[in-house]
Amino acid sequence: MAEKSNTITEFQEAPPRVSEWRRFRRVFLSRGVVVFGLVILVLLVLVAIFADLEWLGFPDVGLAPYDPYKIGTAKSLVQPSWEHPLGSDILGRDTLSRLIYGSRTALMVGFISVTVAGVVGISLGLIAGYFGGIANVIIMRAMDALLCFPMLLLALVVASVLGGGIWNVIIALTVATIPGYARVTCGLTLSIRENDYVLAERAMGSSDARTMLGHILPNAFPPLIVLMTMQLGGLILAEAGLSFIGIGIEPPGAAWGAMVSDGYQYLLRNPLLSFAPGLAIMLVVFAFNMVGDGLRDALDPRLRGLL
Amino acid sequence: MTTYIIRRLIQALFVLILVTLIVFFVMRLLPGDPLIIYIAQSAEVQAMPPEMLDKLRAEFGLDKPIMVQYANWMAGIFQGDFGTSIFYREKVGRLMLERFPVTVHLGLLSLIVGAGLGVLAGLSAAIRRGKWADKIITPLTYIGICIPVFWLGILMIYAFGLRLHLLPISGYTSPFDDFWLSTRQLVMPVICLALFGLAANARQMRSSMLEVIRQDYIRTAWSKGLGERKIIVKHAMKNSLIPVITLMGLGVGMIFGGSVLVEMVFAIPGVGRLMVSSIFGQDYVVVQAITFVIAVIVLLVNLAVDISYGWLDPRIRYG
Repeated sequence: MAEKSNTITEFQEAPPRVSEWRRFRRVFLSRGVVVFGLVILVLLVLVAIFADLEWLGFPDVGLAPYDPYKIGTAKSLVQPSWEHPLGSDILGRDTLSRLIYGSRTALMVGFISVTVAGVVGISLGLIAGYFGGIANVIIMRAMDALLCFPMLLLALVVASVLGGGIWNVIIALTVATIPGYARVTCGLTLSIRENDYVLAERAMGSSDARTMLGHILPNAFPPLIVLMTMQLGGLILAEAGLSFIGIGIEPPGAAWGAMVSDGYQYLLRNPLLSFAPGLAIMLVVFAFNMVGDGLRDALDPRLRGLL
Repeated sequence: MTTYIIRRLIQALFVLILVTLIVFFVMRLLPGDPLIIYIAQSAEVQAMPPEMLDKLRAEFGLDKPIMVQYANWMAGIFQGDFGTSIFYREKVGRLMLERFPVTVHLGLLSLIVGAGLGVLAGLSAAIRRGKWADKIITPLTYIGICIPVFWLGILMIYAFGLRLHLLPISGYTSPFDDFWLSTRQLVMPVICLALFGLAANARQMRSSMLEVIRQDYIRTAWSKGLGERKIIVKHAMKNSLIPVITLMGLGVGMIFGGSVLVEMVFAIPGVGRLMVSSIFGQDYVVVQAITFVIAVIVLLVNLAVDISYGWLDPRIRYG
């Protein structure tokens, strides 16, 4: 009897509970470059929000020093100076102000496309993976077919059929990114479906929808969040490419890709016209990739205990 | 292996049919009369008298049911007839024969550079993890995947072309006409187009190599007393290359997409430029044909990748 109670007291003590959120924060913030990316993104969002305060009823206050659309704020193609830190474009519009407003275009296209494509793609992937059989074949082969079109090309074709304009670019990029989500979600669903807790849930009489949304989706979510973060970078890059070609936001709207293309003609007069917006694109895409990397490390259950 | 290949072929055939359906029906999404596809200007179509519209419709087969139109379109493609360009007044097939070799020349060089250097860079970063090679290569790969290709092109034109006068800033010459000029003209475009793939391959190679190096059979190889070179090349390389090969399948699509931008920046008369000018000129027959051909190329490359994947990794074949 004594021995028995002994074994019970010797039973290994459980390791101290660490809050999941704390662990996530520690791993996520442990790499300097991830923090750097996060800072850039926060700054970007702030810049986009406070480019002007017109939405608060103060049209004259804001981060942008000048009206980005007003022609002749400065003389045409002035060199960088204190009044115009990046100079002005051929129409005499202040480049810094246009750069600041360009952040709105980039973020809007990125976030809307990623959300809509995410919802549609994830739903398709869940359905294909969960039901299998003919649903799987039809959905996934259709996605394979869409994946045969390079993203930029598909976006170009859709935009050419629908016409230019920012909303058509958003539609085009959404269509082009749906297959990626569907494919990843389908793969995840196929493996999660085999878990015992899903079987238990089914045995308790849970409906298909409840099992999918309440059990499979939450378990598939971490890798999907990482994918979406990385996709945001890719989408902003693709939007820049499209607007560089000349498809996208209509003049006088500001988009970084179009600014690079406009500045290209005056490279020897003022290279900043082209260099600055390109650098902005690169920094933002870099930031999204880094934050995605950090999220992946922090959310990957296989790394638990290692990091 | 044979069943695996046959299964893949059937799948690919199914996907091919879907691709043709997408290409055909996306063009029908054009607002207004489908005649616009063949006549380019919607204003022209609206201004025409109805009898003439009917005549034109009959000429292009648009009076038939849509599935018959689809079948006719497919039949034409099988005979190499992609229709006639409105802008160039030329057979689209011939136009593409002129332009595709340029893009393929540029794309193939970029693919080779990207794959070769990418694998090498990833390999040296992995086997010297944490050392100076890794510390230089890894940050560079991070930058490589987020640089906009068109911007990189402009930076290079500014530095090497306009400032240093080292390289020609635009144009394309066939290597058969003037090999030296052709190569000099292609240096910058190829770097631009290869960089993304190079960085992506290097990242993939580094991480899969690090994974493989930890495996038991590599430790066995070390304890047998094999040299480092032999272990890396004979034992570790083959397995760590598998994910990289998948990436290359995707890379072909990326190359075609990126080629559009690179051809714009460097004024290269390839298929990407033709595509963009056709989009702005509303030359839909050309857009349709180019999209179709590129999609089929991507499909075939991915099929080849899948099959080689099964050959390299037996687990896939029987899975």
